[in-house]
Amino acid sequence: MRTVVFLAGAAGVVVLAVVAALHIPGFGSTFHPYRTAAVEASVKHVAANVVSSVNFDQRGLDTLGEESILLASILGAAILLRPAKDETEKRPLSAGRVLESTRMLGYLMMPITLVIGLDVIAHGHVTPGGGFQGGVVVGTGIHLLYVAGSYPALEKARPLRAVEWGEAIGAGAFASLGVAALVASGAFLSNVIGTGSFGQLLSAGTVPLLNGAVGIEVASGTAVLLGAFLKQAIMVKGPDDSR
Amino acid sequence: MSFYPYLVAVWLLVVGAFGIVRSRNLIHAILCLSVSQSGTYVLLLAVGYQWHAKPPVFGEPATHPTAKVVDPVVQAMTLTDIVVSATVTALLLALATQIHKRHGTLDPDELRQLKG
Amino acid sequence: MAPLAVAVPIMVAALIIMVDRRLPRLAIDLLATAGALADVVFTALILHQSASGRVITWSAGWKPVHGLSVGIVLVDDPIGAGIALLAAALVVLALVFSWHYIESEEGHYHCLMLLFLAGMEGFALTGDIFDMFVFFELMGAAAYALTGMKIEDPTSVQGGMNFGIINSLGAYIALMGVGLLYAKTGQLGLPQLGRALAHQPRSELLVAAFVMLMAGFLVKGAMAPFHFWLADAHAVAPSPVCVLFSGVMVPLGVYGAFRVYWAAFPTAIARPDVSRAFLALGVVTAVVGAVMCLEQRNFKRLLAYSTIAHVGLFIVALGLLTSEGVAGAAIYIVSHAGVKAALFLMAGVLLARYGTVDEAELHGRCGDAGLLRWLMPVGGLALACLPPFGTALGKEISEDAGSAAGYLWVPALFVAVSACTGGAVLRVAGRMLFGLGPPPEEGAGQTSGDEEREGEPLRRIPATMAVPILTLLGGALAVGILPGVHAAAENAARIFVDSGGYRNQALFGTAARLPAVHEGGWSLSGVLLGLLSAGLALGVAAVGIWSRPITHHFPRLLDWGRRPLSVLRELHSGHVGDYVAWLMLGLAALGGLLSLPAR
Repeated sequence: MRTVVFLAGAAGVVVLAVVAALHIPGFGSTFHPYRTAAVEASVKHVAANVVSSVNFDQRGLDTLGEESILLASILGAAILLRPAKDETEKRPLSAGRVLESTRMLGYLMMPITLVIGLDVIAHGHVTPGGGFQGGVVVGTGIHLLYVAGSYPALEKARPLRAVEWGEAIGAGAFASLGVAALVASGAFLSNVIGTGSFGQLLSAGTVPLLNGAVGIEVASGTAVLLGAFLKQAIMVKGPDDSR
Repeated sequence: MSFYPYLVAVWLLVVGAFGIVRSRNLIHAILCLSVSQSGTYVLLLAVGYQWHAKPPVFGEPATHPTAKVVDPVVQAMTLTDIVVSATVTALLLALATQIHKRHGTLDPDELRQLKG
Repeated sequence: MAPLAVAVPIMVAALIIMVDRRLPRLAIDLLATAGALADVVFTALILHQSASGRVITWSAGWKPVHGLSVGIVLVDDPIGAGIALLAAALVVLALVFSWHYIESEEGHYHCLMLLFLAGMEGFALTGDIFDMFVFFELMGAAAYALTGMKIEDPTSVQGGMNFGIINSLGAYIALMGVGLLYAKTGQLGLPQLGRALAHQPRSELLVAAFVMLMAGFLVKGAMAPFHFWLADAHAVAPSPVCVLFSGVMVPLGVYGAFRVYWAAFPTAIARPDVSRAFLALGVVTAVVGAVMCLEQRNFKRLLAYSTIAHVGLFIVALGLLTSEGVAGAAIYIVSHAGVKAALFLMAGVLLARYGTVDEAELHGRCGDAGLLRWLMPVGGLALACLPPFGTALGKEISEDAGSAAGYLWVPALFVAVSACTGGAVLRVAGRMLFGLGPPPEEGAGQTSGDEEREGEPLRRIPATMAVPILTLLGGALAVGILPGVHAAAENAARIFVDSGGYRNQALFGTAARLPAVHEGGWSLSGVLLGLLSAGLALGVAAVGIWSRPITHHFPRLLDWGRRPLSVLRELHSGHVGDYVAWLMLGLAALGGLLSLPAR
């Protein structure tokens, strides 16, 4: 019954969409007024990566909302994965077995991954990348310690309090930079620092700073999120779990 | 057929929704939601494309800024969209974990407590 | 000023995460409440400023050049600022209620509430369509987590999941609409879109974009057939959270839809088509909500269906596409928020004292509920639009708007729906608080009212719980009693529908001052219709309480109603696949209603 209802609806939607697609400007056309204005504005503020400039400089309020979504979802996942009233947290008896080759590969790749991640964050205003992309690389890179090592090793490397603080500091820093810009120039999230020269690390004003704040937040947030899931899987025991 | 990418976008939306309708496992349903969302990525990026245009990054390799680049605004929108999707999917998966614990099943047909 | 309303709750939430292990619970409560109060101050200031013309903020200082800009614009007129203020005020009252109600060691609940507030403020205050999507998702993410918060309760997590999947799908559909509009116009800001679309010929692409945007926002706004998630989410979320959902989150969905319509689409799509679509779907929503409301045993689910019914009425009022309709809807939304929020808080008190909100289980047991013995019947009568509550004023203005536009069935619909919803609450109050009538029989296929307590069982009602309830009911009464409310709403509504003024003021800084209206207020017909609906509500409650003796004398009445009623009840199955199927059908129906030419 529900399939019939769905197919009737989908048929209508597809008809609507096909008719609309016939009127859409053709794929690959040259009509992109916002693009032209965005490139011009990005060059004016000396940001070589126009996408980063759009994200942090021109449409910074969207990015503030986006990183708050990240904060809210991670907080929400943490609150949902907490041990329930009838559960306890118990350390598992064995730390598991890891192949030697995996261990070696992990210890080799982890510093490389972290450095690449930090590079992507730092150069977000010059090359493709930025706080979100680099933050995810760093956040998951840390978990190579779990894959190639053990859960206790991961826990020691990223204490939960520290990454919760990192998340909060990242989110707070972004909003505070916005408020500071409001105080300094009367417009929230405006670019108030000197812009430097094109293509250099120190250019584009506040964009690298905002990138950094987002990078810290995303990296810490990813660690908190994965930590919550791992803890739920490994350590949380119900009243009838015998492991 | 210069509107083919747009049809792909609508197809992804509809087929993802179909997956949720026919799903027997909530984790499958959550991933079908991700499929639906990929339709929005395809739509946004297709809207922004221009034939023979360059990527909108002038830093590496260092190139002279030009306006003949693909649309960076839709790329920024897609980036926002991806972050939103990833985190909301994580939240829904956390909910699925708890549903499995409390109900013992992830099959929507067997979750009968909220009706009427 | 407007961006601060979004940034400050985020900063306070970040602060709470950092210090929550060090501080006692009271300090976290105070900090969170202070953050929400700051937003009350900001939005009140914006509302005050907007009275003399829309408050325009170009974020990051990207002022428009020749009517185009790369930045995000925040356009705040009295209605937008008003709903933002409502959101902040409700969050303050919900947080005050939570002081003794929610048992939680860490500050995560408070952070989620503040982030929810930030999302609502951003959505209400922004004038950019992609920004609306982002804050829409922020509201959603915080809401899904808050709904599923009571993880020990199996229904909570299921309700949260249904809510999450449907609202996310709605958001993605809205984003497709944004993409289609961007493809056509190359703009994302509402003023720029309005300017670009003002002289466009009618096009199927615009209809598709409009349908997708409206559907996306109206999933949140619980219009039928996108409404199935609402009852599931309200039945299981903690009561202070339900306050925010019914009071302001759902009306925000409706606000967003009509804001986009008036700012961007007034000339691009034929007005009679739009009006017809929203009137039809609004009526369906109102009737479905009212009928399902009467069938509920779970008090919170009953209140959820009454929200759906009232949202249907709001959509009918707004769907008239006149400023009088907007004024009526605005007053109705604000006073409904007060009444509904108070009723949800009362449900929370019941849950805390008795461990259940099931009408059957609590039959006759709540005689010692103190203040509730007076407040719940008053709430029920206010919901039924008894004058001089603000709900009656909003209803009267909407009915007059409907009659003026030529739809003479509008007053009848409003009276019937408010009588049903108010009557359902009165029936519950009569059974629970006064033990009237025989105990209700167990209905098959109904969700029971068992729910996990959110804290320790309650002995007396503390001040932090009683004061918000009284404030909310008092506020709903004040809206009806204070002079000049109708005139203020009418002036605000005229600014809301003034699309030319919206874009000219945002893009060029020039807008003609609209003439101010001064008269208005209660009319005899309005008062009489309000008394009629309240009286009918008492009748509905009486029939509900003593229905067994009545149907004993009229058995055929029972058979005639049972079959369609049970079909309707089965549609609300709790199965997320069903909900998605109806969402798709609703999308197609909306497209059909808008594309087919008017008779």
